[in-house]
Formats: sequence, C-alpha cells, structure tokens
Amino acid sequence: MIESIRGRSLLSLDDLSKEAIVEVLDTAESFVEVNRRSIKKVPALKGRVVASLFFEESTRTRLSFETAAKRLSADVLSLAVASSSVKKGESLRDTIATIDALGIDAVVLRHRSSGAAMQVSRYVPHVRVINGGDGQHQHPTQGLLDAFTIRQVLSEQRGTTGLESGSELFHGLKILIVGDIRHSRVARSDVAAYATLGAEVRICAPGTLLPDGVATWPVTVVHDVDEALAWADVVGLLRLQSERGSGAFVASLDEFTFTHGLTVERARLLKSEALIMHPGPMNRGVEIDSRVVDSSQAIVERQVSNGVPIRMAVLYLSVAGSREGQAQ
Amino acid sequence: MGNEDERQARTRGLAFTAKSQLMTADDVKRALWRMAHEIVERNHAVGTLSIIGLQTGGKEPAVALASILAEISGEPLSAGMLDVSFYRDDLSRNPLPTSSATDIDHDLTDRTVVLVDDVLFTGRTIRAALNALSDWGRPRAVQLAVLVDRGHRELPIRPDYVGKNLPTSQDEAIVASLDGVWIGTRTSS
Repeated sequence: MIESIRGRSLLSLDDLSKEAIVEVLDTAESFVEVNRRSIKKVPALKGRVVASLFFEESTRTRLSFETAAKRLSADVLSLAVASSSVKKGESLRDTIATIDALGIDAVVLRHRSSGAAMQVSRYVPHVRVINGGDGQHQHPTQGLLDAFTIRQVLSEQRGTTGLESGSELFHGLKILIVGDIRHSRVARSDVAAYATLGAEVRICAPGTLLPDGVATWPVTVVHDVDEALAWADVVGLLRLQSERGSGAFVASLDEFTFTHGLTVERARLLKSEALIMHPGPMNRGVEIDSRVVDSSQAIVERQVSNGVPIRMAVLYLSVAGSREGQAQ
Repeated sequence: MGNEDERQARTRGLAFTAKSQLMTADDVKRALWRMAHEIVERNHAVGTLSIIGLQTGGKEPAVALASILAEISGEPLSAGMLDVSFYRDDLSRNPLPTSSATDIDHDLTDRTVVLVDDVLFTGRTIRAALNALSDWGRPRAVQLAVLVDRGHRELPIRPDYVGKNLPTSQDEAIVASLDGVWIGTRTSS
C-alpha cells in the first residue's frame, strides 16, 4: 500500500491508500484556485523537466497534462510520436533512454500496451513516471479526477467544500459503472478510487464486455440495467472502444444502445439528483444519448475542467516532493 | 495553544512541548491594537490598505488586525489570505507543506499591502509571499506585521510592525496565536 505519492511514480490506483488519494484531491483544491487567477502559474516546478510521451492518440489527457506542467513552471518536452524515430522502429526502451539522456525529472506516458508505464519506471528508476493510460490496465489521473469531480459537485449541493468533505462523502455512496468495462482502463482506475474511498460500486455490461477475473474486483456485477440506474447516486458511462475491438463483442452498436445505452427513456429511471459522468470522448447516440449529455444531471464538462488541477496536484506531489524529505 | 498551530505542527510530523508562556491572550490583543495604531499612523488612508494573512498561522492575526483597523478608522476592511506553498524555495529539501486556500478578492495594484504572519524566523516564507504577491498585481508598497520576531534571519527581510521581539536559540520553537505566545521545543512524534 502506498500511503502518499509524494516523490513517487503514479502507475496505478490499485495500490494507493485512502489517505494517498485524499491527499491528491485536497491538493487539487488549491490548484482549482490557481486556475481561477488571472496569472495561472506558480513556480513550484521551476527548472524541472517533464517529458510528455503519447504513443497513443489523445486530446484532453495530453493537453491537460502539458497545461498542468506549464502552470507549475516546469519545462515540457513533448514527443510527437508520429514524426519521431518511433516510426522507424525504435523500441520504447531506446526512446526512453534517449529522452532520459536529455535530463528529465518526470515522464507522462500513454501507451497502447498494458504495463508500459511500469516497464518504463524500471528502465529509468530515477525518473518519476506518471501513467497517462496504459492499454486496458489503468488511467490513474482519470480515476482521481472523477473522484474529485464527484466530491466537488456533491459538496456544492450540500453547501460545503471538497476539503471539508474529505472522504466522508463517499461512505456508502452508490456508484454504477455501465458499458465496455472489459476494454476500459478508466473503469479499472475509477473502481479502485471509488472502492478505496468507501463507495459501494456496481458494474453492469453485456456479458461479453465484462472483464476476465471480475470476481476479484471490489464490485458487485449486476445485469438489470434499469434496476441499477434507479439504485445509483452516480452513473459513470464508458466509451465503446471500437479501436480495441469492442465491435466484435457486441452484435451491433444499435443493439448495445438498446440493451445498455443511456437513452432519454432510461435516464428517466434515474433519481432526480443522480449525477451522470463520462470520461470522453463520447460516442453520442451509442452509450449515451446526446440529449442526456446536455441535461443538467450530466457533469461531463466539470470532469474536463478538473483535468488540469488534478494533474497539477499529481505532478506537484510526485515531482516536487522528495522521498528523502518524507522520511525525515 | 490554538488548534490551528497544533494542526500545523502535526502535519509536519512534529509535536510542540511548551516550556513557558511568554504572552497571554490579553498581551497579544494589546500588541495587535498597538500595531494597528502604528499602521494607521504610518499610512493615514486605511481605505487603500490590503491586509493579507499568510496561511495558516497568519490567518487569525490578520482577521483580528483588519477588524481593529476597521474599528479605529470607521472604514470597512477585511483580510485576504495568501498560501505560499507553491512558491517556497525549499520544496525539494523538506516535506511538502500542506497547501490551503488563497483568498484575495481584489487586484493589489497600487494598494499598500500589509502582510501578516504569526512568527518571523528565517524570512523564507516572506520571500515566497513577496513572489506570490507579484502574481496578484503590483502593490504600491508592501509592509510586514508579525506577532513575534524571533530572529535568525537568512534573508535581508525586516518587519515593519512587531508584536514582540523574542531572542531565541535555533533549536527552540515558538507558537504564537491569538490565544498567547509560548516557547518550547519541537520533537518528532
């Protein structure tokens, strides 16, 4: 169990303690304030170098990580994989070695192979590795920002602040995750964050899109979507990942929408105060109806805007903090 | 001892053991009134002052000072708060400080800022605060008010208003709040 990510790499949420997660959420609250200023920059990582290596396409994660690093005054090395030697067949190990030789303090890595971030952290143990999504394994900053967004919105509704709420608010909170769980690294990170914080998590998917080994997850698998929707305080939807071959696991997109999509009719089953989340990018009309996205219960935009403060918090704790300092 | 101070000490993994009390709550109150009069004497126009407390120890003294100044001048005055965690120069040397909220609701350009903190020691917090302030505008002047000046400066920084000068040794610890001032030692808990 990792008690704090200070001075450490962030590879997965599975081995983070509740205190470690709450520390990131609390730190992110300070950065929300920084992001409201006219000068949205603090010198915490001045002189540090953060390399951003995205071996897989991404809009929001890459942009928000790079924005976060810049707002902390770090220098950002950004590797455009499409125009790099990776296209000539350079291995991940050699690419990392090359970048490490330039002198870096941290790497933000996205890769299509599960475990890539762990692998890189072994190649360069002196560099902090932040997992920006590895295959079907984990997407820790997404899990953290989802938990942060839930805490923020529910705290506002209760007339208090996220800092005051701590993790109390998650105790017994009913969270449902619906959709392509098999291929989703977001689902794995979300489940880890929610369960560690004390929420009751249920997942619902067509049998073919349930992951192997789901019995070991800290969740209850349910099959009746309608009943689960009526139960939930928070509903997290997932993108049907056709690039990872989801297409072969469902008969057709229409059928998936019919059985598990959040249509307007199904959204009526939700409690009036229930929250609807989606990590994006969305397939409007497949896992979620366009009108549901635009309803007041959907907090998708909040998730996107919390991406920067959460990633600032992760970079700040991981890169500015020293392990030696903690040990003193 | 104030809850705030105890909390701060705990987050640093340190416990404070008081040796003796140097000021009572009444002493602190009288010192704050004197400092407020000095501030008025030197600045005249209280309306152009911004009282900014440094999180977290300077928070309560700043609020108290602002309300005394409002009482003396009859003009409304409220204190802002500044958190300097992200501006410190010792981030990689010490455990990361626990950050708390910055709350400044107006542009500081052309105003006279009075920074308020509980204890002035090495001056590094004030150095960080001066850097942080520049992100909020260009104040006409910055002045410094502290409840206790305990010496041992590592930077060319001096206070303008002091509640009490306390010569101390490096290994002693001071806790100062509206409840009083204590001298003692910090030990790892």
